[in-house]
Amino acid sequence: MNEPDLVQLLSPTGHRADPDAHPDLEARVAHLDAAALRELYRDMVLVRRFDTESTSLQRQGELGLFPQALGQEAAQVGSGRAMARQDYVFPSYREHGVAHVRGVDMVDVLRQFRGIDHGGWDPAEHNFHLYTLVIGSHTLHATGYAMGVQRDGLVGTGDPERDTAVVAYFGDGATAQGDTNEAFVFAAVNNAPLVLFCQNNQWAISEPTTKQSRVPIVERGRGFGVPSVRVDGNDVLACYAVTAEALERARTGGGPTFIEAYTYRMGAHTTSDDPTRYRSAAEEEEWRRRDPIDRLRLHLEQLGALDGEFLAEVEAQGEALGERLRREVRAMAAPSSGSMFEHVYATPHAGVEAERAWFAEYEALFVEEGTR
Amino acid sequence: MTGTTTATTERLTLAKALNHGMRRALENDPKVLLMGEDIGQLGGVFRVTDGLQKDFGPDRVVDTPLAESGIVGTAVGLAMRGYRPVCEIQFDGFVFPAFDQITTQLAKVHYRSRGRISLPVVIRIPYGGGIGAVEHHSESPEVLFAHTAGLRVVSPATPSDAFTMIQEAIASPDPVIFLEPKGRYWDKGDVDTSLTTGGGLDGARVAREGTDVTVVAYGPTVATALRAAEAAAAEGTSIEVVDLRSISPMDTATVAASVRRTGRCVVVHEAPVSYGSGAELAARITEECFYHLEAPVLRVGGFHTPYPVARLEHDYLPSLDRVLDAVDRALAH
Repeated sequence: MNEPDLVQLLSPTGHRADPDAHPDLEARVAHLDAAALRELYRDMVLVRRFDTESTSLQRQGELGLFPQALGQEAAQVGSGRAMARQDYVFPSYREHGVAHVRGVDMVDVLRQFRGIDHGGWDPAEHNFHLYTLVIGSHTLHATGYAMGVQRDGLVGTGDPERDTAVVAYFGDGATAQGDTNEAFVFAAVNNAPLVLFCQNNQWAISEPTTKQSRVPIVERGRGFGVPSVRVDGNDVLACYAVTAEALERARTGGGPTFIEAYTYRMGAHTTSDDPTRYRSAAEEEEWRRRDPIDRLRLHLEQLGALDGEFLAEVEAQGEALGERLRREVRAMAAPSSGSMFEHVYATPHAGVEAERAWFAEYEALFVEEGTR
Repeated sequence: MTGTTTATTERLTLAKALNHGMRRALENDPKVLLMGEDIGQLGGVFRVTDGLQKDFGPDRVVDTPLAESGIVGTAVGLAMRGYRPVCEIQFDGFVFPAFDQITTQLAKVHYRSRGRISLPVVIRIPYGGGIGAVEHHSESPEVLFAHTAGLRVVSPATPSDAFTMIQEAIASPDPVIFLEPKGRYWDKGDVDTSLTTGGGLDGARVAREGTDVTVVAYGPTVATALRAAEAAAAEGTSIEVVDLRSISPMDTATVAASVRRTGRCVVVHEAPVSYGSGAELAARITEECFYHLEAPVLRVGGFHTPYPVARLEHDYLPSLDRVLDAVDRALAH
């Protein structure tokens, strides 16, 4: 496969790219001073801590399942931090880093994996929709939502506080789904204010990207008439820059953009998966050398912007997050059995109500008999 | 609650009644959108949306790409943003590319979000046979949706119900699968066009009173049941016809009240009887009216075959004679 170039602003050794290589994109990150870069670093470290802690909780039997975002922190934090408050995100189910930057309480992210909720947070509070588990389905929801934003007159007003974009996150596997392809079609013909953000993490469970596409994934955008860019997904600056550019295009009426963030799923697909069955330790080692957090750390060190005090502060924050996750997840009790009948419909449905009533009587029987 | 304008009764086809109902909804709520293939400039292959794009514009009466999953999936997103999309699926057999979006997303987002997100989306599907069509154009997929919690599944049988039920479906905060009996699109009836609501989306109605046998039907088979009742009356048998109107929820109470009077029940639908809504009704009636039943609940409908070629569809569909045959068998007990 003839691999297209990756947009990169920060090399794996932490060096900034030639400023003339991507002047437009450089301008998108010019305002990110050392303090701002440190905040990106803090985000990524906390997200990784969340990952590690959640994986441990699964191993201890406190969670049924957990999908790690390990290795994808730069793609998620970089793109997430480029958004405005009014932008709206449709994640897949591995976007813990985006959840973090949108202000979702990370404890809530684990409700689903604890098996006590199918969602876990109020999407309207953070403009961050619930995780969608059917691969690619939410790309159409994002497109429709963006079509709604258009109809609300919130595109191209010139007011950066009002102009709104929508971002759909999905993976390399999802690019094979019909729904994702239909999302490209609908977004393109409607010129929807949408950013289609694909994290190509190289693996759809056990299938490499070559099982999903004969061409580099980024090239698929062109056929739909959607401007497309492939970015180094482990470069937080580049991810920030290309997303900022795509968001501005969307908000100003320029329509959808496709971003392929080329990254790597350093962990298993989920805690139920065993990657040793389908990929080599050498490959994993190769990507470990491109670790997104190491890259930013090296850069900050080169800037002389990583002092011990800051590192200690981040470390303490991570400890506190871990402690809170452990405590609050263990305290999450199962909902009452009768709650399964709630919210099936917005208005009462006779069939559900009859079963709810029957079940309540049935349960009461056991209580009366003292068998429960 | 009814409309406030002066009552005016017009004689309309079922298709035109739907058109007027959607026009009313578009006028009353700027968040209502129609979406589908060929529904704009053409007015739909059955002309049900005729003239609406001209009056409400291409952003509210949207000619979509030819992709059913895309239509429903984007409708879900529009509903999340506060819109009330009404999707037209061109024919029953073409709903299946959207089946995933309807059953895994549209039906479940309210539940998944613990009531935080409602999806007031209507999926209009012309369904049923009898029009001499090619494959995939005559099917009755209602139970596939009725089996899915989170969806309401309704079917009007008359122009009057078509006019109010489409407005009630659009006003519903729940997703509604709205099955239009395409073989009855050109049947005419009186419609009070001042109404914005009618009999609701949940309840059955007694379409004709009788004493000997209850015949339950919905959508296209209501007219067949009424003709059967007419023919039976000439031979001294009194058939009560119940128009179910809603498949989910199913108004068992109205049917049970009728069966307690008649002691006999026949259910008629075009869909295959195996695993069908008639089986559901039979089970419920047997549970609720066991000691009133003089005969087993009998089902009349399609066979467990794919919908046959057009030249055979009249043998497949529940005809007047097959309804009367079932009535006779119920009475023979």
